[in-house]
Amino acid sequence: MIATNVLELERVTKTYGTRPPVHALRGVSFTVRSGELVAIVGPSGSGKSTLLHILGTLDRPSSGTVRIDGQDVAALSDRRLAEIRARSIGFVFQQFFLTERTTVLENVADGLPYGGAAPAERRERAAEALGRVGLRDRAGSRPSELSGGQRQRVAIARALVGRPAIVLADEPTGNLDSGTGASIIELLRELNAGGATILVITHDGDLAARFPRRLHVLDGRIVDDSAARPLEGV
Amino acid sequence: MRLSDQLRVAGIGIRSRRLRAALSALGIAIGTAAIVAVLGLSASSQAGLLAQIDRLGTNLLTANTGESLTGGAAQLPTAAPQRISHLPDVEQVAHVAAIDDANVYRSPLIPAVNTNALKVRAASLDLPGVLGTGVAQGRWLNAATERQPVTVLGALAARRLGIDRVHPGERIWLKNQWFYVAGILKPATLSTDIDTSVLIGYPAAEHYLGYAAIERGEAVAGPPTTVYVRARTDKVDSVRDVLARTANPESPGDVDVSRPSDALTARAAAKGAFNSLFLGLGVVALVVGAVGVANIMIISVLERRSEIGLRRALGATRGHIRTQFLSEAVMLALLGGVTGVAAGALTTAVYAGGKGWAVVVPAEAWAGGIGAAIAIGAIAGLLPALRAARLSPTEALRTL
Ligand SMILES: Nc1ncnc2c1ncn2[C@@H]1O[C@H](COP(=O)(O)OP(=O)(O)OP(=O)(O)O)[C@@H](O)[C@H]1O
Ligand SMILES: [Mg+2]
Repeated sequence: MIATNVLELERVTKTYGTRPPVHALRGVSFTVRSGELVAIVGPSGSGKSTLLHILGTLDRPSSGTVRIDGQDVAALSDRRLAEIRARSIGFVFQQFFLTERTTVLENVADGLPYGGAAPAERRERAAEALGRVGLRDRAGSRPSELSGGQRQRVAIARALVGRPAIVLADEPTGNLDSGTGASIIELLRELNAGGATILVITHDGDLAARFPRRLHVLDGRIVDDSAARPLEGV
Repeated sequence: MRLSDQLRVAGIGIRSRRLRAALSALGIAIGTAAIVAVLGLSASSQAGLLAQIDRLGTNLLTANTGESLTGGAAQLPTAAPQRISHLPDVEQVAHVAAIDDANVYRSPLIPAVNTNALKVRAASLDLPGVLGTGVAQGRWLNAATERQPVTVLGALAARRLGIDRVHPGERIWLKNQWFYVAGILKPATLSTDIDTSVLIGYPAAEHYLGYAAIERGEAVAGPPTTVYVRARTDKVDSVRDVLARTANPESPGDVDVSRPSDALTARAAAKGAFNSLFLGLGVVALVVGAVGVANIMIISVLERRSEIGLRRALGATRGHIRTQFLSEAVMLALLGGVTGVAAGALTTAVYAGGKGWAVVVPAEAWAGGIGAAIAIGAIAGLLPALRAARLSPTEALRTL
């Protein structure tokens, strides 16, 4: 199997505001191939979240090119980008963003209508995704009735329910104890073993060390890419 | 995305904040309720009046003495009722003669100026039947009493004379003689002249009051001043066309022909004209309601920025977000509109039911109320929905 380039960044910059301008990204170039498992590390404020949002088409770069599956994102309409997000990208946010107004199952199924799934199919797939994160029996609960780790797993179930080719996770273990964090990373590894391309932002150096590839972001630049050092390997 | 999903997603905001939704829909509910009730009540009262006119019959025509061409009061020939009754499509004819110089008092002691604006009229015996009225008390004139000093009072005349019951021996002072009161009529809606009349028989008018015409050297009872004609319902217009000529072939121009139900129908139409003050208040309430919905929607968009960001990350287009908030605003307004229409219709039903009118809520009232609510929701929700859609996903997600 020839791994193709799923994500490509070329001299991507992102500048916020004008007085004074904040250069969140200062020319980032790298490529992620299908099936890779990548950790993004770096200090707070270095531009990791900005990078992830741009990778996931939630934000547009100030300059440079972003390609997903070879397509230049800048050339795509809002509708087409939304379709890519609905079908090909799964997000896990640090703050979960679960809604208290509905059950865990409905939270997981929330994004499926945008991909055009029928109601019966949605319930089935949401239940299955909950099963994969070990929460099938909590499908009827409200998110507030769950522990922090369980909520993070619900957020992961929501990210993978649409069977996306790419999963982007922003500090999925940030609020968790190291044991729970490790189990979340294990879950992401399983997903990756199933063929998904996965990028994870983490502050935890020990966790990052177990990833096959690490991107080190500092002050809006990639200062270290473990893939660029072929001898180190996995 | 399916329509059912769009609606479900749009309903989340309302379902999760029920009290707030109810309060913000209240203004629109009050506005539509006021408008529907005003339109419903005027339509119902009009329907009530029209039903009453229908019961009384729209086939009554009157022929009155008008002004003659020379300026003096014209007279109808004494033979006019007779001739009219021979017309093919005439079903019934009755007539009265207003007697000008006869005043009526409760007793001889009353000062002569206190006439109470009552009129003595000689009446043919079939008058109550033709007018669709009857006696409220006592009895109507008959072949015997129409020759005697006996009177039947119109409803208003009885009240003005202070006679509310017919006692045996009850009498009134009529042109310097006593007349016995035999009965009191019910209100005659089609001819209110009768209500203020003191009615006596034609022979009595001739004998006691000297009201007579001279024909071929002989005194005969009459002449009538008003002839009441019941025509076949489908032939009213053709009878009306020939009535003046038949009543007075020599000078038909002296005869005023009219159809009493026309005036009543005009009054019904005036009643159907709605109360514009309340209608105006309803419109004001609607405007206030619209502002309320717009306000709530703006707050809702601000509160739910992270939800917007999340939905965008999950694959919602700008269009989906716009539709979601626009539909939420329309639903909110519709909620108010439907409640308001129901409340307005209920008010109409209770009030009209109490008055015995038919309950009429015009289609333009309820359809207009609901349509206005939808339009208001769309207008009030447009700006917040556009704002929500314009939000970039990252911007929306950053708020916490
Ligand atoms: N909307 C914005 N307006 C102005 N500056 C912004 C905006 N978003 C991010 N920044 C700035 O861009 C820089 C990078 O932010 P980013 O959120 O990507 O950092 P991060 O690496 O994810 O940090 P953390 O680990 O704390 O989450 C920061 O200096 C931040 O202040
Ligand atoms: Mg961050």
